[in-house]
Amino acid sequence: MDGKTTAPRILVFSTEKISDPAIDLAGLLKKHYPPTVYTINVPCSSSIKSKWILHALDKGFDGVFIAADGTDCSFSDTCTERTGELVQRTHALMKEKGIDPAKLKMAAICSVCSEPFVKHMKNFVEALAS
Amino acid sequence: MRNRIGVYICYCGSNISDYVDCEKVKDIAAETTDVILSKTTMFACSDSAQNEMIEDIKNQKLDAIVVASCSPKLHLNTFRNVAQRAGLNQYNYVQVNIREQCSWAHSNTPPQATEKAIKLVKAGIARAKQSQELTPMAIPSTNSVLVVGAGVAGMRAAIELAKMGTEVFIIEREYFVGGRAAQWNELFTTNETGREVVSRLYNTIMEANNITLFTGADIDSKTGSVGNFDVKLRIRPRHVKPDCKLDWGKFKKAVEVCPVEFDDPFNFGLTKQKAIYKNFPSEFPEIPTIDVEHCTKCGKCVDICDKIDLDQKEEMLNINVGAVLLTTGSSPYEPKTGEFGYKEIENVVTLQQLKRLIELNEYDLIFKGKKIKNIAYVYCVGSRQVDGENKYCSRYCCTSAIHTAIMVKEKYKTINNFHFTRGIRTYGKQEALYHKASKQGDIFLQSFEDSPTEVYKENGHTVVKIKDILTADKELEVNTDLVVLVTGMIPRKNDSINNILKVPIGRDKFYNEIHPKLRPVETVIDGVLIAGACQAPLNITESVKSSLSAAVKVNSLISKGKIELEPTLAQIDKLLCNWCDKCADVCPYSAIVKEVKNGKMFAVVHEANCKGCGMCLPVCPSNAIQLIGYTDIEIESMIEALID
Repeated sequence: MDGKTTAPRILVFSTEKISDPAIDLAGLLKKHYPPTVYTINVPCSSSIKSKWILHALDKGFDGVFIAADGTDCSFSDTCTERTGELVQRTHALMKEKGIDPAKLKMAAICSVCSEPFVKHMKNFVEALAS
Repeated sequence: MRNRIGVYICYCGSNISDYVDCEKVKDIAAETTDVILSKTTMFACSDSAQNEMIEDIKNQKLDAIVVASCSPKLHLNTFRNVAQRAGLNQYNYVQVNIREQCSWAHSNTPPQATEKAIKLVKAGIARAKQSQELTPMAIPSTNSVLVVGAGVAGMRAAIELAKMGTEVFIIEREYFVGGRAAQWNELFTTNETGREVVSRLYNTIMEANNITLFTGADIDSKTGSVGNFDVKLRIRPRHVKPDCKLDWGKFKKAVEVCPVEFDDPFNFGLTKQKAIYKNFPSEFPEIPTIDVEHCTKCGKCVDICDKIDLDQKEEMLNINVGAVLLTTGSSPYEPKTGEFGYKEIENVVTLQQLKRLIELNEYDLIFKGKKIKNIAYVYCVGSRQVDGENKYCSRYCCTSAIHTAIMVKEKYKTINNFHFTRGIRTYGKQEALYHKASKQGDIFLQSFEDSPTEVYKENGHTVVKIKDILTADKELEVNTDLVVLVTGMIPRKNDSINNILKVPIGRDKFYNEIHPKLRPVETVIDGVLIAGACQAPLNITESVKSSLSAAVKVNSLISKGKIELEPTLAQIDKLLCNWCDKCADVCPYSAIVKEVKNGKMFAVVHEANCKGCGMCLPVCPSNAIQLIGYTDIEIESMIEALID
């Protein structure tokens, strides 16, 4: 990616205690990812509403990525399951609205997963661009 | 809604402004509706900048502020305090991360970084507009701590925490305490031995009634969060009963009959070790142990000592602690085969091996049957690497090598020391050692990184060659009996702890603190702190300073009995709610219950139980639940600002 603003725009929902530190770490280590990736953090990935995701896509984001807590969630061991369910529900809503479900992705990003995060972002931007 | 907002764009020295056009960001922020003032600042966290903000809030009657600077992990509380000092509710402050998530992440594309920073700041302003005045929540915390690693740093922190009234559990993966310090003889500056320091700390721990020490112990799992971690410890068997009163003669006999022999890690492979072992008589705990990885369970030692129990089993123990302090220490860098002749030329050893060799040789320094007359010390092995990963200076090694060379000279008198350096870094008081070594006749040579010292065999001799910049680039060669590689520090291998605690690791592979100057012992994992050489190459003095700092920080965090948390609570709109129980079903804390009023059923949140995870939000079919701080209007207005 050349980093131009015409590149696909991605909204990342990160979590304050788990995935946000990983995204910070990517910056600290100067691991570059496309600058059209924007982050909004939430307490837990299982708290993301479908309507927020749909709103982002409706307003012009090309993709939404949930940087999920995975098994590291300090709130509950059901986090992975709940986040998976909300992704499923949102995918169904996206289909209803004629939006390609591939525009919503989720992956567990632990607090030190800076490398995987960068890789996910590059791959997602590439996939959306193509 | 807030409508008198102040915006501050931080240069962070040049960390942000090198890549982001901060003036442009400021000008565009100034044009945003409801922004009353927009400024740039060299360091937003400086006292002068904070005071300026306070004055601005008061004079301009600001009802919200936005600071675009570093990660909230670093300065969220700094600027919340600014807001409070100016009489503003702390939750009317919004921090925008334009450093870690913008200027550094996109340092390769500055114009795009600026564009992103503008959008992030606009989103921050949108959030500030919707921000509410809130009061933080408090949760109970346990005044107990788990210290991981019973080296000098860990033991010193444990003692200090215990003195302050905190209950301490300290675990050591090895079977004896003291870490690396137990392996060293005399230490600079006091000339105490490492063992004496360790003994003193161990005895103090044994006298304290609120410290529990486990050796051969690891963390198996961890749940919970700051203030209330449930940690499961795995305690491996020692195979010697705790009531064993060591008879050194009997122990020596047990060692003699043990048929197993392998390289002794305590002496870095210079000697052999048996499966039953204790490295030196005054090692702590007093009783020996059995290396189960090598023991064949032949039972010969049991015949000599009835306190040996080869059937002891691993134990699991659950503890509850408010915080975890990591003091897992460092290891010496292990040179690669062939690196300065290591493991290829027979008389090439590491500095750590030389230290053990000095202790093992009373009158003459003998290595592989040969009396040593000339020693060549090759510096910066595994540190300041040009091609390797370790770009950092390990800091302790110049001093340690010179200190060892002085010991060599004092003990064996006639040995000549030749130092092949890349510039000596004996900072602070340690410079006195450099002076002493020079006075005693040690030869110091120096090369640049582009022409490294060479070690090779020639005509049966081991030769060390340098292009010495101190003698106008003369190529000098020394025939030597012993080449000592002055190896740097690397963090100990802690894969299992890293997997469980997920503490961020830096480019140098040491644990990462939140900020090296401002929050040097805290990590981004709330309630998990770091101290000592697991965080950076530190000498013992520096490790202890760091551990004491961490002890105070831990105590101040958990000793109050409660910890302040964000007032992030779920709120239910009773008019929208039609009680379907989906929210109650997913809530992990049973914080949602049904209530009936005037024949209408609806959900109610028990604030004492709600932890603010928001798991209930997406399952509500009528969108009746909002999370304070993350309401629809806040999130959606941020989305709109980001895409604008």
